[in-house]
Amino acid sequence: MEKFRETLKETWHFYRRTLSLVARGSKAYYAWCLFLLAIIWVGLVYYLKQHNVGLVETNMTDQVSWGLYIANFTYLVGMAAAAVLLVIPSYIYSFKPIKEIVVLGELFAASSIVMAILFVMVDLGRLDRFWHMVPFIGLMHFPESLLAWDVLVLNGYLFLNLLIPVYLLVKFYYRKEPNWKFILPFILASVPWAVGIHTVTAFLYNGLAARPFWNASILAPRFLASALCSGPAIMIIIFQIIRKISAIKVEDRALFKIAELIAYAMFINLFLLSAELFKEYYSNTIHIAPLKYLFEGLHGHKQLVPWIWAAMAMNVIAFFLFLIPGTRKRLATLNLGCLLVIIGVWIEKGPGFVIPGFVPDPLGEIYVYIPNPLELMVSFGIWAVGLLVFTLLMKVAIPIEAGEFSHVSYVERSSRREEEDQAWRQGSFRKF
Amino acid sequence: MEYQDKQRYTRREFLRNLSLTTVAGMSIPLLSSCSKEEAEDFLQKHFHEMTREEKKVVIAKLEERYSRKYGKKFEISTKEAIPNTLWGYGLELSRCIGCRRCVYACVRENNNSRYKPQLHWIRVLRLKRGTLINLDDSEHYYDPPQVPEKGFLYLPVQCQHCEDPPCVKVCPVHATWKEPDGLVVVDYNWCIGCRYCIAACPYKGRVFNWAEPNIPPEEVNPSVHYLGNRPRMKCAVDKCTFCIQRVRNGRYPACVEACPTGTRKFGNLLDPDSEIRYIIDRKRAFRLKEDLNTEPKFYYFFET
Repeated sequence: MEKFRETLKETWHFYRRTLSLVARGSKAYYAWCLFLLAIIWVGLVYYLKQHNVGLVETNMTDQVSWGLYIANFTYLVGMAAAAVLLVIPSYIYSFKPIKEIVVLGELFAASSIVMAILFVMVDLGRLDRFWHMVPFIGLMHFPESLLAWDVLVLNGYLFLNLLIPVYLLVKFYYRKEPNWKFILPFILASVPWAVGIHTVTAFLYNGLAARPFWNASILAPRFLASALCSGPAIMIIIFQIIRKISAIKVEDRALFKIAELIAYAMFINLFLLSAELFKEYYSNTIHIAPLKYLFEGLHGHKQLVPWIWAAMAMNVIAFFLFLIPGTRKRLATLNLGCLLVIIGVWIEKGPGFVIPGFVPDPLGEIYVYIPNPLELMVSFGIWAVGLLVFTLLMKVAIPIEAGEFSHVSYVERSSRREEEDQAWRQGSFRKF
Repeated sequence: MEYQDKQRYTRREFLRNLSLTTVAGMSIPLLSSCSKEEAEDFLQKHFHEMTREEKKVVIAKLEERYSRKYGKKFEISTKEAIPNTLWGYGLELSRCIGCRRCVYACVRENNNSRYKPQLHWIRVLRLKRGTLINLDDSEHYYDPPQVPEKGFLYLPVQCQHCEDPPCVKVCPVHATWKEPDGLVVVDYNWCIGCRYCIAACPYKGRVFNWAEPNIPPEEVNPSVHYLGNRPRMKCAVDKCTFCIQRVRNGRYPACVEACPTGTRKFGNLLDPDSEIRYIIDRKRAFRLKEDLNTEPKFYYFFET
């Protein structure tokens, strides 16, 4: 009990110091945060309009009943899963730099999950009835509905990815050895859980016999493979930013290793896609229609064609950039590859995955869906929320990781100040 | 899933009340900006979780609200399923001329939203003669000066009231379910508007109120069922109920009555002497997308 109270006290103190840390920063930090807040504000204004008038303000219809929001949701679940999938093995095999990567990866996952959940919330027609989905309070259709599963696993994952890094950071802050017996089971659980969130999200689409485009058993593996491309790609870029603006050292070697992993994941991703393409094109049943709409256009409707081919080109180019050691081990080409992967996979498993599921619809109708400005603004707003959350988390995590922000320094500084005060008082006494 | 009126104060109810009170307490400034109506709606329970008394209160509230809005006296029925009934529908493809009278009779009977967008529970597809299964070449918006047109046949599609409905399975909050007489219904006040059911339905049997529904007061139908044609609200899903307000009172669905060619038949599948059983036993009947195993209770058939 005494120990527990001490932990609480420590956490409270940590929390207070964190707040003051987050509130202070360089001019660039303020500018960046204000920039994000401005985007969030615009997104919020647009969302309130959608909330008041109804989803008619979007371009979604009964034919294409999910759009940009759910596309982003799918992509971000993958991001969140990949961050942990990448980080934990490097932790277990004690690949350097260890601790930094675990904590940063999990905080990245937490930010992605926040965005994913927000994308579902803005897609809900009746946000006021959200409590109907809360376990024990509402009337959750568990285990039949995969969406009920998703609510559970996503929130569980968010919990894990906040608990683990916050626990570790508090311990680092106090320069104490973490109680591994306590935290290791959570760390280990987060690996299958990461696979779980993305599998459940894949099954959410996969289980619908009404939508042949999604009703393919290759879906969950494909989701995991593409997530293992885009998640690590964004991590490589984040690590470079972090080492530039802080004292944390991330070796080039680590980045190259991650890039190599992306090459393998991208190979599997492209292979699974080609398996899908072979099956559809060789058997050539009527279920090929959505794939045709995506890759070559259907009955003259070609809205997605340039997008998916751009994505294919980006993915293939990035694959070779990461495969060839010469381009993988040069930061310029490495970063180009990361950018290509991030955008390519977003197109492929965001809009390129969600929209063809609805075109043609189950009764053969083709409705051309392109997101409207409101959907874009709300989406930008949510991305800005995620970036802001991640920035604030990093503002705390980085100094702790770098050893600049700790309880010792706090105590030292305050005792030094006391000494100075005393010296000054004594000095001034002497003057008088 | 079986539901019963619960008289007991269950743990879940306790937890719900506790947390709702907490939320309400924390959001007093927010709630005070809501009207009383909105606050009442917010706390309304699932239809199956309400006691008889609670249902009465909700019905009285809605009747008063609708009457005020449309200037007509409303009667909202909560009539339960008739025992030993399983409703089935028959549609004779060789007779349908594609006039869409059923579509508009349905819109009027069921108080569907009229403008921007107008919601249709029935869709009539025009197919080139020679195809019936591949709907990818169907035309949904055919508009000739006269029907029927040469070389085409017409396939009306609405909710097929599956015995194993995928839409019910996927709903994350139990907002939609199959009644004992086989009708698939929605509690419009419980739907969270996630539209997963729309994605799951192979027949496009569900539509969404993308905006606040609008009905001209002079056209509104005041004889309604709670689970059927009562006026709906924005951002909740709705669908064909085989006119639950009619069939549970011994009447035909509006589309059956409106059809000028006698294409549409309706009856109790459990009654061996019903017309629908006669059709299944003696005509060439089939169901749409039987390969999906959803067991629709909507039979298409041909004469002899």
